[in-house]
Amino acid sequence: MSHYEAPIREPLVLGDKSYHDITEDIAKPIEGKANKNWYMAFYISLAAMLWGFGCIFYTVGTGIGVWGLSKNIGWAWDITNFVWWVGIGHAGTLISAVLLLFRQKWRMAINRSAEAMTIFAVFQAGLFPIIHMGRPWNGYWVMPIPNQFGSLWVNFNSPLLWDVFAISTYLSVSLVFWWTGLLPDFAMIRDRAVKPFQKKIYALLSFGWSGRAKDWQRFEEVSLVLAGLATPLVLSVHTIVSMDFATSINPGWHSTIFPPYFVAGAIFSGFAMVQTLLGIMRKVTNMEDYITRLHVEYMNIVIILTGGIVAVAYATEFFIAWYTGSPYENYTYLSVGAATGPYAWAFYSLLFFNILTPQLLWFKKIRRSFIWSFIISIFINIGMWFERFDIIAIVLSKGHLPSTWWRFEPTFVDVGIFIGTIGFFFVLFLLYARTFPVIAQAEVKTILKSSGEFYKKRREEGIPTKPSIVANAKSKEVNPDNNKKG
Amino acid sequence: MESSKVIHAFYNDDEVLLDAVKAVKAKHHHIEEVFCPFPVHGLDKAMGLAPTRLAITAFFYGITGLAVAIWMTNYIMIQDWPQDIGGKPSFSWIDNMPAFVPIMFELTVFFAAHLMVITFYMRSRIWPFKEAENPDPRTTDDHFLMEIPVSDNVDALTALLTETGAVEINIVDKH
Repeated sequence: MSHYEAPIREPLVLGDKSYHDITEDIAKPIEGKANKNWYMAFYISLAAMLWGFGCIFYTVGTGIGVWGLSKNIGWAWDITNFVWWVGIGHAGTLISAVLLLFRQKWRMAINRSAEAMTIFAVFQAGLFPIIHMGRPWNGYWVMPIPNQFGSLWVNFNSPLLWDVFAISTYLSVSLVFWWTGLLPDFAMIRDRAVKPFQKKIYALLSFGWSGRAKDWQRFEEVSLVLAGLATPLVLSVHTIVSMDFATSINPGWHSTIFPPYFVAGAIFSGFAMVQTLLGIMRKVTNMEDYITRLHVEYMNIVIILTGGIVAVAYATEFFIAWYTGSPYENYTYLSVGAATGPYAWAFYSLLFFNILTPQLLWFKKIRRSFIWSFIISIFINIGMWFERFDIIAIVLSKGHLPSTWWRFEPTFVDVGIFIGTIGFFFVLFLLYARTFPVIAQAEVKTILKSSGEFYKKRREEGIPTKPSIVANAKSKEVNPDNNKKG
Repeated sequence: MESSKVIHAFYNDDEVLLDAVKAVKAKHHHIEEVFCPFPVHGLDKAMGLAPTRLAITAFFYGITGLAVAIWMTNYIMIQDWPQDIGGKPSFSWIDNMPAFVPIMFELTVFFAAHLMVITFYMRSRIWPFKEAENPDPRTTDDHFLMEIPVSDNVDALTALLTETGAVEINIVDKH
């Protein structure tokens, strides 16, 4: 019983596919062997990751003085990277939760990978505050436990502690949401696995999912409620991240529009990263029939919308900085002072990558082009990094007194750790793409009849989606144990 | 325990399955279980399954999380070790409450989400190292399996199931 869908809507699953074809397509990258390109990408990422780990060990062993920080720029690259990675994570939850609540069927082809991206991105994000502590072995002090000096507790008035709660809730809930969705797909791989070791692993990962009608009923309810919980959660996370800045009294940070503007920016950058990843993944894993031009176009529309919100926020910040008439506001990251000061290059990079480039997506040709979407998505990733860098480094570089004017110069360790996290992220994503079902196949099967190209064509010709019954089944008595082995 | 016979009827289309479930129910046969590769809309109603109450549990778990957050912030910030942070002394919980809203929200979500999922796993009996119980590996691919206990009505049931479009009917011993 597929719901009515207007024939004018483009199909979401291309080709003449049956349920079994979907199974085959999703299982293929897992059951096949990795090609040269995969290994090349993996080793490059691994090298970057190891380099980053080396830099982290150096930092922890020597102290964060090895970074380019100074007495008035206490936050720079690492908090930039932290905010950047958290922001990237947001698209995954948006796709899986918000689009589920809005009943957007196109999310089903991309939600699995987008959620994987979320989790891997939040891992990277979590690294930065921990190493920024300088003594990461004391990291557990952020938990609400009394320390050894008596019952001195954490400070619940601090946005930094709110962040600890927000990020850990976000990471753990996203992980559970993702894994619950994965259970039926792991079960699918388990049931068709030939190698005993592979079967064991996927049996373990699938938690013994059997697909009873009652399980599915609960599964759907749990997905819906988790989506309802994750939607305000994802908005709260970047709101709280923005409060790290907005509740301070620094000119340029002390801004009431930060929460909505940060959330929009996070979705903007997150969708850009999804475009980047899926642009490569759909080719490498042969998912072209599932991640189509239409999916790319829909994501680009979200990018235009959130990019527009971000652009308006920039304009507001710039106007307000000028309108206050305060000389201190003239050194904020969006001000005449920033546009003409030593960080002018960062200021114009921000405008170019984040405001100008996304405008190309107004053209339908560009919006539906894989290669253009890919290039623009990389530009936006760079632009969103600059946004956070500008907010932190430019604002902090000009204190209220000239004696606190200082320029931030990153050291090789700053750069190395950042590159390391990019490597770590891609290591995780590449391993994921080889071992996990990269598309939520059980969900895609539910929309095959309403949104698959094959069935849409048949409906136009007036053929019902329900096959006619040919009553020719043979009944037989079988040994149940043989049956179980298939 | 005495072993009893069940019929495993396979279908390869969700719409056919749904009609078959309705037909079998109409003849007042008991459907023990239906195994599906993906959720079939309306199947729970057709089988006569009671609605799940997991969403209700999530609500109560959320309330619990909120209560924990209120208790925790009150105990830590007001009772046990009150501090004057940034000229904002900790006289009473309600005065400081705005600063605790993020924590209250996060813990509400944390408790609701995790405890609901754990409840789901326990109720549906899924956890690491659990053995799968679907009788045929095809039920996670593209086949639907209806399990009906039989006594002396094998022939009538087989005829009915064949008529509803079953592609394979097996009679198996269930231990």
